[in-house]
Amino acid sequence: MTDTSLNEIAAHQHAAAAETPKMTARGVSVYYGDKKAIDDVSIDVDRENVTAFIGPSGCGKSTFLRTLNRMNDTIPSARVEGAIALDGEDIYASSMDVVQLRARVGMVFQKPNPFPKSIYENVAYGPRIHGLAANKTEMDQIVERSLKRAGLWEEVKDRLAESGTALSGGQQQRLCIARAIAVDPEVILMDEPCSALDPIATAKIEELIHELRGRYAIVIVTHNMQQAARVSQRTAFFHLGVLVEYGETSEIFTNPKATRTKDYITGRYG
Amino acid sequence: MSDAPLTDPTPTNWGNPAMQRRLRRRYSAERNFRLLGLAAILLSAGFLAFLLVSMMANGIRGFSQTELRLEVDFPRSSLFLDPAALRGFGADQALANADFERAIAEAAVARYGANGAALFSESGRLRVRDAVREDPSILNRNAVLWLPAATEIDIAAKSRGSLQAERLYRQLADAGRVRTGLNWSFLTGADSTDPTQVGIWGAFKGSLLTMIVTLLIAFPIGVLSAVYLEEYAPRNRWTDMIEVSVNNLAAVPSIIFGLLGLAVFLNSWHLPRSAPIVGGLTLALMTMPVIVIAGRNAIKSVPPSIRDAALGIGASRIQVVFHHVLPLALPGILTGTIIGMARALGETAPLLMIGMRAFISAPPGGFSDPATALPVQIFLWSDEVSRGFVEKTSAAIIVLLVFLLAMNGLAIYLRNKFERRW
Repeated sequence: MTDTSLNEIAAHQHAAAAETPKMTARGVSVYYGDKKAIDDVSIDVDRENVTAFIGPSGCGKSTFLRTLNRMNDTIPSARVEGAIALDGEDIYASSMDVVQLRARVGMVFQKPNPFPKSIYENVAYGPRIHGLAANKTEMDQIVERSLKRAGLWEEVKDRLAESGTALSGGQQQRLCIARAIAVDPEVILMDEPCSALDPIATAKIEELIHELRGRYAIVIVTHNMQQAARVSQRTAFFHLGVLVEYGETSEIFTNPKATRTKDYITGRYG
Repeated sequence: MSDAPLTDPTPTNWGNPAMQRRLRRRYSAERNFRLLGLAAILLSAGFLAFLLVSMMANGIRGFSQTELRLEVDFPRSSLFLDPAALRGFGADQALANADFERAIAEAAVARYGANGAALFSESGRLRVRDAVREDPSILNRNAVLWLPAATEIDIAAKSRGSLQAERLYRQLADAGRVRTGLNWSFLTGADSTDPTQVGIWGAFKGSLLTMIVTLLIAFPIGVLSAVYLEEYAPRNRWTDMIEVSVNNLAAVPSIIFGLLGLAVFLNSWHLPRSAPIVGGLTLALMTMPVIVIAGRNAIKSVPPSIRDAALGIGASRIQVVFHHVLPLALPGILTGTIIGMARALGETAPLLMIGMRAFISAPPGGFSDPATALPVQIFLWSDEVSRGFVEKTSAAIIVLLVFLLAMNGLAIYLRNKFERRW
């Protein structure tokens, strides 16, 4: 075989890989005790797109997001049924190490929650516990690269030793994104990352999401419909624990198929 | 709802007298409350000041000692001690065998008359021995020494003694043969039957060793229990029961812990009686629940978002606890520990039960030596008949309070240090 044909095969495989979903959920139900919070949700998370979960408060979108990296494990009464796979690998299988899973599927929370440590330590903590840096130089590189990708480097490069909690809200949230990026995840879950931020900080985060797209599969929960329209390529609409509609963002916002979606998008409720 | 039609209300008149009266009442209520709070603070500060002043006034005399001048003519005394024997290996033996007491008695009779020997405390022989050890050449001459006065003279010098002692003291003072020195032996010695010879060091060291054992046992067990109950234990009937038990344990009277220590550590385990290790173990039982409760509260107050953040980047449970939760909870845990330790330091009853009230005339050498503790020593001295013990009791209380202050100071320093790190 010639080199060209090998390259062609590789390119073909790459294209095929790009088409297979990064994460798949099939028939997922979540219970809190006896209460069913999520009912039979099946969804694919694209590899190179941003997926937005929208819906009114209490519709289960955050709960579902937290099943994707098993953060619900920490709630004793929570129970998950159905199958969720990361690259075809069942994440609820007993062979799946939850600590590694959470490194591969990173998370950014609603309220910025930097550790009360220095900016450097905030970013370096993840790589350190997973042993990703062999020495100080490598760690310095990881920290710099992560902060640069999170668009925070220029603002903090001269004060890496200062406490992460001393930053502004928007900077703290970008620090949290840098912290998630530092362990080199495959998927980043964002749970209403802008709900505690002002419009300017929000715009910066949205810009950042655009830049991170393609490198990481991104899932963002938001109840700001404009934000979903701006940052995502695919949108899922949740209502009362049920996935009502899932499709191309442009499609959902301009031509929703279900009446409930239409009513929500036009502002009848929510 | 009534059927009467709703009319527009008349506009509120903010200036009317009823409104003004209400306003005045509100202000005066606020003022009264503030004054009440201030009065409460002043009252407690007053009690504290009263305690400190009265203790200081009584106790400070316990640190000083009345000394009398005595000329000892060593060459002519019956002390057969060769200065040459005081060099080399035999020195301690020679000093131990020498009868300094007799030498003092002779010199005192020669200088102060037939009853002269009664003016001096027995502890004088140690003073003479040390003087000889330091400078053997005084054995060849008539040396001037200041020796501690007997208890009666000491009391007469410091406060009111018996009429006879007062008269004697005045004569001595007028002759310029009295001075007041620092009572070193009080700071370096142990218990004694003679109030001029007692020292606090034995009890202090006993307390110190006991506290070390208490801390080493209660702190790790208490903190680990708190971490387990907060972070790992499932919420069910068993953990509820454990929680109730721990809370009850913190409220159990201390003498019960003493009985427990007596039954378990002495009768079953056959650990040495009156030893700091047993005292420490017993007090650790008492301190542990306090640390568990304070630790749980401190751990509970660490925001869940920090746990989420650490779990979210793939930290394991134990990493979350040791890297994030415990460091943030540490100041609170330390505060609780100090409260527990301070209570343990002042505890008398359980120590009485395990035999730490024995008369111990030498400071303990280690954790298994017989010892007593500061509060027990205070209790014992306050029970003594001899008047000389009154000021010693107060002095011991001052030492206990200083120990307590030092411990609290250390805790505050540590707490601030750990808080600043974040």
